[in-house]
Amino acid sequence: MKFFRGSSNQTAAPAVPQKLTRRSSGMGEVSRLLNSQEALSVLDMGATSASNISFFTNKGHKSYSEDLLRSSLDPALRVQDAEGKSVVDTKKFLDENLVFPNGQFDVVLCWNLPDYMEESLVKPTIDRLWSTMKPGALLLAFFHTKDAGPDSVCYRYHVTDSDMLEMQEIKFAMPGRPGGEKQSPRLQRVFNNRHIENLFRDFSSIKFFLSRDSIREVLVVR
Amino acid sequence: MDTPGTVEAAHIGRSVTISGELSGSENLYVDGTVDGTIVLQDHSLTIGPNGKVKASVRAKSVVVHGRLEGSIHASDRVDLRKTAVVTSDVTTQRIAIEEGAFLKGKVDIQKETGKAGAPS
Repeated sequence: MKFFRGSSNQTAAPAVPQKLTRRSSGMGEVSRLLNSQEALSVLDMGATSASNISFFTNKGHKSYSEDLLRSSLDPALRVQDAEGKSVVDTKKFLDENLVFPNGQFDVVLCWNLPDYMEESLVKPTIDRLWSTMKPGALLLAFFHTKDAGPDSVCYRYHVTDSDMLEMQEIKFAMPGRPGGEKQSPRLQRVFNNRHIENLFRDFSSIKFFLSRDSIREVLVVR
Repeated sequence: MDTPGTVEAAHIGRSVTISGELSGSENLYVDGTVDGTIVLQDHSLTIGPNGKVKASVRAKSVVVHGRLEGSIHASDRVDLRKTAVVTSDVTTQRIAIEEGAFLKGKVDIQKETGKAGAPS
C-alpha cells in the first residue's frame, strides 16, 4: 500500500530520475473528450512536459503550460504577515499566474498540485480556474489518501497513452535551502472527501476514482 | 548547429544590450540582452545560455538555452534546451523540449501547408 514511499528501492538515490507508470481512469475520461473534439484548449499545470505537449497538440489541441507549484515557490512572493510569519502574497501570486480570459479552457490538468501547494493558495487557485474554464469543461486532480505520509514523493505526470501516465519525481531548489539544493516538495496536507467537495463546490459535478496507490483521482465538471 | 562556431551567424555578445527592432537575413546568436522585436524570416535565432530576450520573435527556427519572454512564431521549429526559461506563447510546426526546460505559455502547432505529402 505504501507505493510512494518507504520501499527499499527508493531509499538509494538513483543516478537517473526514477519513472513509474500508473493507469488513470480520470485521464481516460479526459482522453475521451480529447478524442471526440478538435481544437480544444488544454491547461497543463504540471512541470513542463514535452510528452504532454506532443500528446495534446498531435490531437489538434492547443496546449497551455503553467507550472504553478514551481511558481508558488518563488521567493519574491513571500511577505511577512501581521505576526511576522512568512507567507505567500496570494494577490501577487494571482496577478502573475493563471492570467487568462474567462471561459478559456476545455480541460485543466491540476495533477497533484492542491496537495503540494501552500494551503493559502489552494482555494484562490481553484476559484481562478473555475473562471478560466468553459461551462462543461473538465478538471482532473489527484489527491493523496490518509495512507500517504508527509514524505510522499511529488511526481510530475507525463501522458503516454489515453489512460496511462508516466510518473517522474520532481525536485526544486527550495527557498531557504543553501547552495541551490534540490528536493522534492513536501506533501502539505491530506484532503478528505468532504474537503475536496468543498473545494469544488462551485463546479457542477464531481467524480472520484479510487486507486490502490494512496491516490484518489477527482474529475470535476465546470 | 546552433552555436556560432558551427554555423555562420551574427553574434550579440553577453555584454551587449539592444532595445528596439532587430531584423536580418542571416542566422543570429544572442547571448546578451534584447528588448523589442526580432524578425529573421528565413533564418534561425539562437538564444545562448546568457541570453535574456524580451521580445516578439519571428524566425524560421528558434533555439533557446537562456531566457525568453514574449512570443515566438517559428515557421519551422522551436527547440527549448534544458536551461531554457521561456514565458511565451509558441506558434510553430514542430517543437522539441529538453528535460529541465521551463515553459509557461501556449503551444500552438500549425501544420505545414502547401507541401502535399510532407511530414508534419
